Amino acid sequence: MEAEAAKFIGAGIACLGMGGAGIGLGNIFGSYLAGALRNPSAADGQFGRLIFGFAVTEALGIFALLIALLLLFAV
Amino acid sequence: MPGCSGTATRSDDWTAPRARMQGLTVASDKTDPIHQFHLNELVPIHVGDLNFSFTNSALFMVVTVVLSAVFLYMTTSSRGLVPGRLQSITEMLYEFVASMLRDATGPHGQKFFPLVFSLFTFILVANLLGLFPYFFTVTSHLVVTVALALLVFFTVVVVGLAKHGLRFFKLFVPEGVPLVLLPLVVAIEVISFLSRPVSHSVRLFANMLAGHITLKVFAGFVVSLGAMGPLGIAGAVLPLGMTVAITALEILVAALQAYVFAVLACMYLNDALHPGH
Repeated sequence: MEAEAAKFIGAGIACLGMGGAGIGLGNIFGSYLAGALRNPSAADGQFGRLIFGFAVTEALGIFALLIALLLLFAV
Repeated sequence: MPGCSGTATRSDDWTAPRARMQGLTVASDKTDPIHQFHLNELVPIHVGDLNFSFTNSALFMVVTVVLSAVFLYMTTSSRGLVPGRLQSITEMLYEFVASMLRDATGPHGQKFFPLVFSLFTFILVANLLGLFPYFFTVTSHLVVTVALALLVFFTVVVVGLAKHGLRFFKLFVPEGVPLVLLPLVVAIEVISFLSRPVSHSVRLFANMLAGHITLKVFAGFVVSLGAMGPLGIAGAVLPLGMTVAITALEILVAALQAYVFAVLACMYLNDALHPGH
């Protein structure tokens, strides 16, 4: 296989990792909404934790995207 | 930087020789989304083998610091009892960071306020400044974010050791863990503590890098579609709209990542103050 082709295939495979981050983010916001609708008065107090969980989870998806971008542009 | 700089046709300065070495041909009409991260030596300073040149990255760091310092000074110098618009922005910023620090570290954490406030303001202004077309994004380089993350990391270690001595290492030994599991738990805690600066810095860097590259890739679609004649120009409206939408998202991400970096710094500093969980 040509190295160039392997690079593009690798970038595509690396992007699959973002799917996991997507599931995680959906879970976080879904759970937040479910909890917030049960007890709306407590929802605002948890916004910081929501964003924190979002950022920590999103970072993993970003890492996967970073690998893909490195393969495409830097390797 | 969003806008057109990244969509400029690939200049042959540094990519072309490497591409030629790899036996690739550099298409002259191909847009290069990572050209925006290229460092230029504005004032070359070489001491021996070391390169201390004043680059465009350094320039934008100076601009960031001057801009935020001048803004904060100008808006607070009048010290009105009833704040005006600009003064309330500064007061909101202050109160935002102060409450963030209070929530994470308790009443004793306020002595870290200058550190967290500086980190938050620097990253926020640098991120937002980078969104202007042709501007350089300081935080899109790993070396800058690693420096900031290591600053927080070593502050935690030094303050923790100075304040608690060897009791600081209780951080790695959670209470109520069965003795059998303890070696494993301690190993995990040590690894997670040491990997903090890595995830702390890469999160900010990768978010900015990925956002700006995405922006440039879509902007590149506009250029390449626009070159295809009237039909292409009509089709280029779609990626153009996408570019606008991503720019809006990037403004959110710029503020969010500054917030996340500061919140994580607060949580790590809390470990230095209260290592016993």
